[in-house]
Amino acid sequence: MKIEFQNLSKQFEDGKPVLKPTDFSDDVHALAIIGPSGGGKSTLLRIIGGLTAPTTGVLHVDGEVVDAKEASLLRYRRKLGFVFQQGGLFRHMNAMANIAVPLEQVHGYSHEEACGLAMELLARFGLKDDWKKKPAELSGGQQQRVAIARAVAAKPKLLLLDEPTSALDPEYTTEVLDIIHELKNEGLDFIIVTHEMGFARHACDKAAFLCEGTLMEYGESGQIFAQPKTEKLRRFLGKLLEWNM
Amino acid sequence: MKSLRKLFWISEKEQAGWAAVLMNMLFVVILWIMLFWISLNAIQVRLDFSFLGQFRLRIWNGFLTTLGLSLSSLLSSLVIGMLCAAGQGSSLLVIRYFCSIYVKFIRGTPLIMQIYLFFYIVGTAWGVENRFAAGVIILSIFEGAYVAEIIRGSLLSIEGSQLEAARAVGFTRRQAWRYVVLPQMAARTLPPLTGQFASIIKDSSLLSMIAVIELTQTMREISAVNFRLFECYLFLGVLYLCLTLPVSLISERLERKFHYEN
Repeated sequence: MKIEFQNLSKQFEDGKPVLKPTDFSDDVHALAIIGPSGGGKSTLLRIIGGLTAPTTGVLHVDGEVVDAKEASLLRYRRKLGFVFQQGGLFRHMNAMANIAVPLEQVHGYSHEEACGLAMELLARFGLKDDWKKKPAELSGGQQQRVAIARAVAAKPKLLLLDEPTSALDPEYTTEVLDIIHELKNEGLDFIIVTHEMGFARHACDKAAFLCEGTLMEYGESGQIFAQPKTEKLRRFLGKLLEWNM
Repeated sequence: MKSLRKLFWISEKEQAGWAAVLMNMLFVVILWIMLFWISLNAIQVRLDFSFLGQFRLRIWNGFLTTLGLSLSSLLSSLVIGMLCAAGQGSSLLVIRYFCSIYVKFIRGTPLIMQIYLFFYIVGTAWGVENRFAAGVIILSIFEGAYVAEIIRGSLLSIEGSQLEAARAVGFTRRQAWRYVVLPQMAARTLPPLTGQFASIIKDSSLLSMIAVIELTQTMREISAVNFRLFECYLFLGVLYLCLTLPVSLISERLERKFHYEN
């Protein structure tokens, strides 16, 4: 999917810039956005996801301008899948309803179709027996698998994942990353904001390093990790590897 | 020995068995009755409830009036509460301040003062003659402020992440309210709202001050005739409990049902 933007920036109401004016243009298939906390990663992802309006700049997706009007943003968001760090599932609905209700109400599936597809996805992600459970009854890893199932159910053109494993224990992290990898192999395009450097390096073909609101480096992920050009990225990667085995 | 201990003691993780519940409840009830009996004996009162049959129609009417007052007030206080909770979030400052001053005034002053104020000044000025209607209006205005706070609290307690997720799955504003906000609000509002209904039932007794012939006023009138003050008020308590206990039980039930929240 072709993503393009010029002069894209975001300022909070207090005037603090979160994302400084940034240009970008590339075909996105599996992109990892990495960088220190507070660097603007989530903000950029939310702008691309149509959840936050940029302060300046225009975003083009597949050649079309993403309009800031709510009606067109709504249409745009319906073509995407979004997975949050945590708390993204509707707490009062069970796993099945979390997937089926949006399919029915937003994408026009019949009740039977929606439930059938939801069940199929839950079974595929190893949650066949848990369809009746509410989010609070599921483990963090299970919750994120349901969230991914919901995000991909309507066959989105692009999947956006905002630190989907940051709140998880290591054993759950792997099961979630495995699913994303599997979806990638099936041809689903995605952008992931992540601190899982192994995943960013090996499962994503491109990586973007965002630091202090600036897109400091962008390129093939192998290249980014093997030969960082900026001092900031070198230091960032060095810090992450400090305690690695 | 162990099973005997189980009848009286409970650890934090355990749930009491029905035998233990029944026995301890009975024990507590007997204790209360004894306490009353000793106190009544000390002031040499012999209770005699035989007059109740004679007044049963009046008591029944009073009971129904209290029920009617409470139900009507519940419904209209719900409307007032919802409007007021919405008004407190209004971007029009006049509406916002109007609602928040209303809530502060009502919650900060005693009901009895409001009853006199509304009935003798506002009610007279606006020609509200019917005492039942006046009672419902006063009680609704009073309880509406509390209901508004319950609704506002539950609205505020809905996490931003839920609204964000609603936008992310492509819900329109209306769909987000219909499928996410309202069901979650209902879950958080219903248990305290049922509790509030118990308060309405009890608070309605103060309407006897403006001679609405509800349950309390009926019993006051009966006791004024036969001087059976203790019997009248004891029986009054029992009748109120008949109304409020089931409501509290429902409230507890609802709380357990919606426990998924935590």
